[in-house]
Amino acid sequence: MSFDWMKIPYSLLTLFIVVNYGFLLNALIQKIGARVGRRHGIPIWQNYVDMIKNYGLRSSITHGVMFYLGPVFRLSGGVGLLLFVPTIYGSYMFSNLSFAGDLILALYFVFFGTLGMALGAGESGHPHAAIGITRGLSQMTAAELPFGLAVFSVALQYQTLSVTEIVAAQQGGILNWTLFTNPLAVTAAMLGFLGSMMRPPFDVVLAPQEIPIGPPTEYHSSYLALMQTNRAIFPVAKIVIYMNLFFGGADDWLTFCFKVFLIYLWSAFVGVVFPRFRVEQSIRWFLVWAVPLGVLSIVVV
Amino acid sequence: MAMKPELMKRMVKGPDGLEFEVEPLRDYYCEAPPTVMPAAYIKIVEDLFNWARAESIWILGFGTGCGAIEMRPLMTPRFDAYRYGVQWRPTPRQANLFIISGYLSTKTLKRAIRAYEQMQNPKYVIGLGSCTINGGMYWDSYNTIKRLDDYLPVDLYIAGCMPRPEALLSGFMDLKKLIRAGKGEGANKYVENFDWYKANQKRVIHDWDMPDYNW
Amino acid sequence: MTTLTIMRELHTRLKALFPVGELTEQRPALGFVTVPKEHLRTTLMHLRVKEGFTHLVLLTAVDWLEEGQFQLTYLLSNRPLAIDLGLRVMLPRDAATMESIHDVWPTAATYQRELREMFGIDFPGSPRLHEEFILEGWKDIPPYRRDFDTLKYANESYSQRPGRETHDPATHMKQQLYPNGR
Repeated sequence: MSFDWMKIPYSLLTLFIVVNYGFLLNALIQKIGARVGRRHGIPIWQNYVDMIKNYGLRSSITHGVMFYLGPVFRLSGGVGLLLFVPTIYGSYMFSNLSFAGDLILALYFVFFGTLGMALGAGESGHPHAAIGITRGLSQMTAAELPFGLAVFSVALQYQTLSVTEIVAAQQGGILNWTLFTNPLAVTAAMLGFLGSMMRPPFDVVLAPQEIPIGPPTEYHSSYLALMQTNRAIFPVAKIVIYMNLFFGGADDWLTFCFKVFLIYLWSAFVGVVFPRFRVEQSIRWFLVWAVPLGVLSIVVV
Repeated sequence: MAMKPELMKRMVKGPDGLEFEVEPLRDYYCEAPPTVMPAAYIKIVEDLFNWARAESIWILGFGTGCGAIEMRPLMTPRFDAYRYGVQWRPTPRQANLFIISGYLSTKTLKRAIRAYEQMQNPKYVIGLGSCTINGGMYWDSYNTIKRLDDYLPVDLYIAGCMPRPEALLSGFMDLKKLIRAGKGEGANKYVENFDWYKANQKRVIHDWDMPDYNW
Repeated sequence: MTTLTIMRELHTRLKALFPVGELTEQRPALGFVTVPKEHLRTTLMHLRVKEGFTHLVLLTAVDWLEEGQFQLTYLLSNRPLAIDLGLRVMLPRDAATMESIHDVWPTAATYQRELREMFGIDFPGSPRLHEEFILEGWKDIPPYRRDFDTLKYANESYSQRPGRETHDPATHMKQQLYPNGR
């Protein structure tokens, strides 16, 4: 098997576009949330400034090797998720490093960052970090369960584990999307999606008002800047998977931006309407409402 | 100097049955003394960083006095400090600006010093209200300090009892100018005059039960 | 029956049982009586069990320096009738000691801890009595005693910023409003 070296600069270009789009999108969503509260919110470029400042801090301290590796794992989780899934369907430049079984790898990368973070935050030795990690992992697991079930359902439906082929099967009109051919799976996955976007009602893990800010309590300076970069990449990368699996993928960057924005807006919309759940409430909510839908979608398929 | 028993050097029996010695003040903290952190070598880089620091002020959300109530309205639609890049962080590690919001009793001063020392260089301190300037209405109190700048390097004072949120916003604008002009070097000033600050702090905090520098 | 008559009847009943003093009527729903030190506990128990005063609102002290006495005030509340009754106990100021009531109202332990620290009144047997409550590393005499000179202590302990002025509010405002002395 020969490796196509041109894929590497093209993938980096994808990464570059997605990082910038992610920064702007995060700020935009934050601004939308602020407008709902009748505020103006942060300037749209605020996330860039925050990142420059955090990279520019003069001192930083460490708690050990895993403390260094935590943000690195987190970032590689986001980047890996993005790079092994085709971003733009049918484009040689932006199909990245996708291959036949990439769906399984993507599922793995979704969890990879959180686990790395757990090890890093655990080494920081701060009790709040440990509590935050426990909460985060339990909620993540409960939220990933319906998504995992929906993915199995979709894989069964199209008889493939390749994201590219799943997108290909959805082409030719809006009614071919998984959204309409398998609505149960999409509903289950979209409910699970709420839990992994760190917006209310499922943001108890990272909310500054709760156990101070959860896992990243001890993270600062460049560590925090790395994690901020990941917070720009990861949501977009995750939404790309959703878009590819359920909403027919994207043919060009315009469709891509539009669809990603709409899917992100779904979590923001729910977030501004509903108050925050406690962890045990959110886990119960996922198990009662989302998981049965996922199971049902597999049974129906 | 009376130490709390949990801070004493002692033998601890672990869950695996092994006995080992624990000395909290040495084991739980980093011993390295603070150092002066130089600015970036190239001026234009430092200017860029200073601009970013000025436009992204993260406040440590630690209410030390009644002035903490003046910070809440800043998050609300009426004042909305987020417009100016001012945000609140719940942990000292991520914050750049420490607002001493009113009087500091000696008991709070101890916590404030610990929080300040855990912040990362460069860091700024704003003294909010008369109490931080000269004691304010607590000028004859048995338990509150009168001059904040004896204990922490203060970049800016906002006078008033209490100042309105508008005064705070204008204070943020002034702080931005200071930072952009490269004058926000409080952290280095603290390190350079470390002995003087420590002597002042230890004169009022009688039960000093922490290391000299809390990383 | 008005609140005042309820209070007076209560006082009459109490007087028949315990050597309590006269009733001070602060408001119709708030009265104070003085109780000898050794009868405090039985009076409290009687009020709590028989008269429905189940809530200890506060326990505080007053320093009567000239008389050489501390006054402890136990303020009790009867929620259904909405009346409050304060019991006053006078203690000699030297080596002041009082019986602890933390077994009757657990909250009293915190009040007693504070009184021990701020006034130096001892309550033997009260839990965590000798732990520091508000003052950390305090070395002087308890600061709420009236023979403690707060201003002197503040001037000695904390450096003042020079340039501070104090104005008498009345004369200052007169100066501000009528600068011509009219």
